[in-house]
Amino acid sequence: MTRKRLHRIGYNAAAVLVLLVTVFPIYWMVATGFKRGPDILSFEPRWLPIPGTLENYRSAVGKPHFLEDVRNSLVVVTATVLIALALAFLAALAAGRFHFRGRAALIVMLIVVQMVPLEALIIPIYLSLDRVGQTDKLVGIVVTYLTFVLPFSIWTLRGFIVNIPEELEEAAMVDGCTRAGAFRRILFPLVAPGLVATAVFSFILVWNDYLIAYVLLRSPEKQTLGIWLASFTTNHGTEWGGVMAGSTLFAIPAVVFFLLVQRRVVSGLTAGAVKG
Amino acid sequence: MSSIQGRRTASVVRPATALAGRTTTRRRRLAPLVPYALLAPAVLVLAAILGFPLYRLVSLSFQQYGLKELFAGRGTWIGLRNYREIFGDPFFWTVVARTIVFAALCVGLTMGLGTLVALLLRNLGRTMRTLVTAGLVAAWAMPVLTAVSIWQWMFDFEFGVVNWLLTKLGFEGYAQHNWFDQPLQGFAVIILVVVWGALPFVAITLHAGLTQVPAELEEAARVDGAGAWQVFRHITFPVLKPIFLILATLSTIWDFKVFTQIWVMLNQRPSREYFLLGIWSYSESFGVTRYGKGAAIAVVMVLLLLALTFFYVRQMLKAVGP
Repeated sequence: MTRKRLHRIGYNAAAVLVLLVTVFPIYWMVATGFKRGPDILSFEPRWLPIPGTLENYRSAVGKPHFLEDVRNSLVVVTATVLIALALAFLAALAAGRFHFRGRAALIVMLIVVQMVPLEALIIPIYLSLDRVGQTDKLVGIVVTYLTFVLPFSIWTLRGFIVNIPEELEEAAMVDGCTRAGAFRRILFPLVAPGLVATAVFSFILVWNDYLIAYVLLRSPEKQTLGIWLASFTTNHGTEWGGVMAGSTLFAIPAVVFFLLVQRRVVSGLTAGAVKG
Repeated sequence: MSSIQGRRTASVVRPATALAGRTTTRRRRLAPLVPYALLAPAVLVLAAILGFPLYRLVSLSFQQYGLKELFAGRGTWIGLRNYREIFGDPFFWTVVARTIVFAALCVGLTMGLGTLVALLLRNLGRTMRTLVTAGLVAAWAMPVLTAVSIWQWMFDFEFGVVNWLLTKLGFEGYAQHNWFDQPLQGFAVIILVVVWGALPFVAITLHAGLTQVPAELEEAARVDGAGAWQVFRHITFPVLKPIFLILATLSTIWDFKVFTQIWVMLNQRPSREYFLLGIWSYSESFGVTRYGKGAAIAVVMVLLLLALTFFYVRQMLKAVGP
């Protein structure tokens, strides 16, 4: 009995430690964002942002080109996600529902392609885009994002499609539905949540990118929010209040979207692992 | 598994369409082309935006390609000279070794600590488990750029909480201590940032996998006198193994090409002591405009990564093979 209690205490102590390590950095970011200058630059940490201020947020949002950067990010993310989703849905349908020559090769290609690091491909992509005058253009960056968002989307959507029992469509076809009709009336409504989840994942992938935007977009009015955020930290003697406020703002969309689909990441992966 | 389903569909569909009569014969003849038509747009786009750059990467690595060639829009073929140059450079071997050790440490720590946290989650009461899971999800959701600035601030040499805490705990010399003066310490911080971001995914996924471990089996082993490690080694781990392998491979792929954490953490000017393969390739290409050499380094990096994940790819091949 006492042994059990000892265990309980040990586990809970470990849990508190894990909780501290995961949550404290995030708390510290949010708190610093609301602190006044002297409270940030104090040798004895001030644990609470009281009395608080919105000055840091004002200065973050007031950085030159902030609104343009927000607009650029939204345009780039939306375009990438929509194009990838449309192309990926058709391809995933083929890979998940049809049996055809070359299907295995296609799936292997999808896996291998996702292993090629973009860090390596950025050189030829940059040179090719430069040749056709598409560096420092939003079109160029959308095309570049598609190189990893598209294979990822096909792979994820295929997973969702494979998990929908095919018998449902077969039943519809036996009842006289055409194959296209069965897809439209049966499969599509069932896979719609998967489409949303894939879109959200792709959104997060693109939103979190730094390297590609950094290489491809040079002029300040063309840049995306990631570059806006990283530009805070370049000069020495960083203004930490502004950085933390900016980091918080940058994180909010990613966090909100992530919370919507987080459960699906895990269930998708474990289901796949068991099947494979 | 889905290939069997595919075949079954075909046999069910045929009689149904045959009943529909002559008008569908043309449609039936075209039916085998449907999957290719569905695939065509995605495959064409992928060939253009992925296949072509891949080909270009390899061909660039055999070329002299600098600023002059950039303006001319065409490189000069120099055979293996780029490769000879990097293989003959002792710095190359340092960077390769550093990259491998760095990735191994990140993957090892992520998987080890992730497993511990997953097991811990299972042993917690409901409230505590919900709290810890929420904390993990919060850390997981943070964009890399955000995580980097947070930790930069926490490790700030003057006002960072980490130096304050270490001083408070009685460690000498951490007031005004700059963690990035010494690459070993700098890498420790970078590994911390990488593991902090990657651990939640591993822990939560493994915890989900743990629910598939039959509790009776573990209980029986314990009754038979097996210790905690033996239960884990012989009962729990074999069930987790497929998930564990996938996670380890994904972590290897991610940690092998870590770029942003180092680049942004060191204010976009990392010294050569901080170069990993990805950063080196980037700085040869975009820093000193030697795109050919940068491409050669990138090719080596891709090949190394493929070699490291070969086992996983082979498993996947088996799983989806004909």
